[in-house]
Amino acid sequence: MDFVNAIILLLNYIFIPALTYGSQLALGAIFVTLIYGILRFANFATGDMMSFGTMATILFTWYFQSLGVSLGVLPTALLAIPFGIIFMILYMLLIDKFVFKYYRHQKSPPVQFAMVSIGVMFVTQAVVRIIIGPADRRFFDGEKFIIKAREFKEMTGLNEGLALKSTQVITIFVTIVLVSLLFWFLNRTKTGKSMKAYSDNEDLALLSGIDPKKIVLVTWVIAGILATIGGALYGLDKSFKPFTYFNNMLPIFAAAIVGGIGNPFGAFLGGYVIAFSEILLTYAYKKFFMYVLPASMEPEGLVQLLSTDYKFAVSFSILVIVLLYRPSGIFKGKVL
Amino acid sequence: MMVLILLVGIFQSWNIALSIFNLCLISAVMTMGANIQWGYAGLINFGIMGYTALGGLAAVLISVDPVQEAWRAGGFDILMSLWLIVVMVLVIRFILKRFEKSKIRTYSIATIIISGILLIRFSAEPGIEAIEAVDPAKTGFLGGFGLPIVFSWIVGALFAGGLAFIVGKVALGLRADYLAIATLLISEIVIAIIKHEDWLTRGVKNVIGLKRPAPYEVDLQTTDWFIKLVEKFNSGKLSVIENLADRQAALNQLVIEGSSVFVKLCYSGLFLVVVIILLILTQKALYSPWGRMMRAIRDNEEAANAMGKNVVKQHLLIFILGSAIVGIAGAMLVTQDGLFTPGSYRPMRYTFLIWVMVIVGGSGNNFGAILGGFVVWFLWIEAAPISLFLINFFTAGIPETNALKAHLIESVPYFRFLLMGLGLLFIMRYRPKGILPEKIEIK
Repeated sequence: MDFVNAIILLLNYIFIPALTYGSQLALGAIFVTLIYGILRFANFATGDMMSFGTMATILFTWYFQSLGVSLGVLPTALLAIPFGIIFMILYMLLIDKFVFKYYRHQKSPPVQFAMVSIGVMFVTQAVVRIIIGPADRRFFDGEKFIIKAREFKEMTGLNEGLALKSTQVITIFVTIVLVSLLFWFLNRTKTGKSMKAYSDNEDLALLSGIDPKKIVLVTWVIAGILATIGGALYGLDKSFKPFTYFNNMLPIFAAAIVGGIGNPFGAFLGGYVIAFSEILLTYAYKKFFMYVLPASMEPEGLVQLLSTDYKFAVSFSILVIVLLYRPSGIFKGKVL
Repeated sequence: MMVLILLVGIFQSWNIALSIFNLCLISAVMTMGANIQWGYAGLINFGIMGYTALGGLAAVLISVDPVQEAWRAGGFDILMSLWLIVVMVLVIRFILKRFEKSKIRTYSIATIIISGILLIRFSAEPGIEAIEAVDPAKTGFLGGFGLPIVFSWIVGALFAGGLAFIVGKVALGLRADYLAIATLLISEIVIAIIKHEDWLTRGVKNVIGLKRPAPYEVDLQTTDWFIKLVEKFNSGKLSVIENLADRQAALNQLVIEGSSVFVKLCYSGLFLVVVIILLILTQKALYSPWGRMMRAIRDNEEAANAMGKNVVKQHLLIFILGSAIVGIAGAMLVTQDGLFTPGSYRPMRYTFLIWVMVIVGGSGNNFGAILGGFVVWFLWIEAAPISLFLINFFTAGIPETNALKAHLIESVPYFRFLLMGLGLLFIMRYRPKGILPEKIEIK
């Protein structure tokens, strides 16, 4: 019985939260990796673009709520996401037209692109803050829990409760659907394959008649979808605050590079690597050992490897180690 | 630029003008540091925030009086851990030197590091807890050395340079944009450590009331020569007032205002000295054979390498030098504020804004760097008043109660981001070399 309790404990405090957080990171990381692989620059505006998409979603959610439209048990935001995506894509295409296109034609070095993306980051941050303000906002409605901790305890008679939030289930479900669709698109359709070809060797792809304008357009469209959904899911699960989104850029970068930048599948797994290591290393295992070990061997301290304050530092350290020992990432990406 | 600051002095107040001026000077120092790395050598360093914070930490460690009680409580444990770290590093160096590169070597080094960290954690734990328990509302940390705070400017440079040495050894081999990401993340790690190692830095509890190199306002207000000075300066204004009591009250008011202006002027003087010294040094370096070599390395690494220049070593050197200058600026900043708040170090303000200064001012040109520091910092501060004025101007016909207008006025503080972003984008597009582009005269 104690063993089952221990498993439930880990499920509740490590596995499910890490899976959710990992999914949110994974979507962002695929976004970074796509931009890197096809448009060839490190996009420092990632976090703020995600917050722009989320902001659009929130505005539509409010609009639907004011109309009285709702999805019942599901959050209204799910209905608003497609509209948010449209706004996000329009914004990205606008930025591409006025900012990035010029440098692409100039064939500027990646560093210059990165600098330009910092300019875009400042502007996007300003736009988001001017429109919706810097405050912390929750836009979740509908049923909050699928299984409540207390109900679970009564149902199974265990000591440990397992709480399952509906946002967690939605996040994981949407991520699986979206990512499988994306991989189907990249590996099976003609456009997807030409994107891969363009990413591998630009000149060769141009020679074989691939239209670069179309590739860029499709890339931004996919990026817009990923950014908005990733951002909105994060906002639903936690809350929306422009500053946190800016900070989330860092673990997202870490995930993309750990997975091997330019490799979407690597980025997907990289998100989970980062999320699990953050949570595994900073969780206090005292209760777990109390269940597993006999009473005489119970630990005195919290049995915490690192304090939770170092959460971010963990993922960055992993990144630094990966960069040192395997600069192409765990799953072969572009060699640096 | 000076005219603009003078205008602020006349229209807003001298106090604001001088505080803008002081921060402009500090920004200029930071920008010079970043400019050395980017403009001279083409190294991209997004870790400026980390070096600034280390400089600030140096200011705390140098100037605060040592907390005797804390040293007694946990000093021994901390020294033990430091000693352990030194031993660990020596052992790893020894292994690296003695054995050939192999899997076993890598794994054994990894084991040493992990077990060392665990050992240090367990041995330092009681000491740290004891230190943090010493009067946590006031101290709860080891304190510093109790030296004048100006020393910390040099020590801050040493700290930042030391960190840059480690980071440079680790990360300089990476390609440009990866170097940017790696340095950004390393600086976040540094901030995380400073924020949460309370025994060293008090963490988010902040350190306040640091010693000053300049006199205190309160002391000045009771000093005779200062009151006489203020009286002399304002004799015209004061003589108009007939009533003696009124005149005394007016004088008191002027003395209070004057004292804070005087203190800021003292800081300005100190900072100006630093800026001028750095400017002379960097200018000399730029036109020296060494500067020529750096430009050669920047423009064509392979060719420079083929000519027998040690690219790796020079990159490391310039990375350390630039970071050390940023460290000086960090210490200056804390000196001016008189407090150390680890929570306030954010990449937006301390990394990206500095980069906007470098790009806008003109990379590779020291005067450009200083100009960038001044212009961008001035706009950063004055963006809110300017945009408020613009909003009011363009919406003059709309009543105050209009929701859109109210919303815009409420979000005035965020227009500075818009201004910075647009400024950066326009400069990048139409003047990619900055306002003052790099000028190389061959003498």
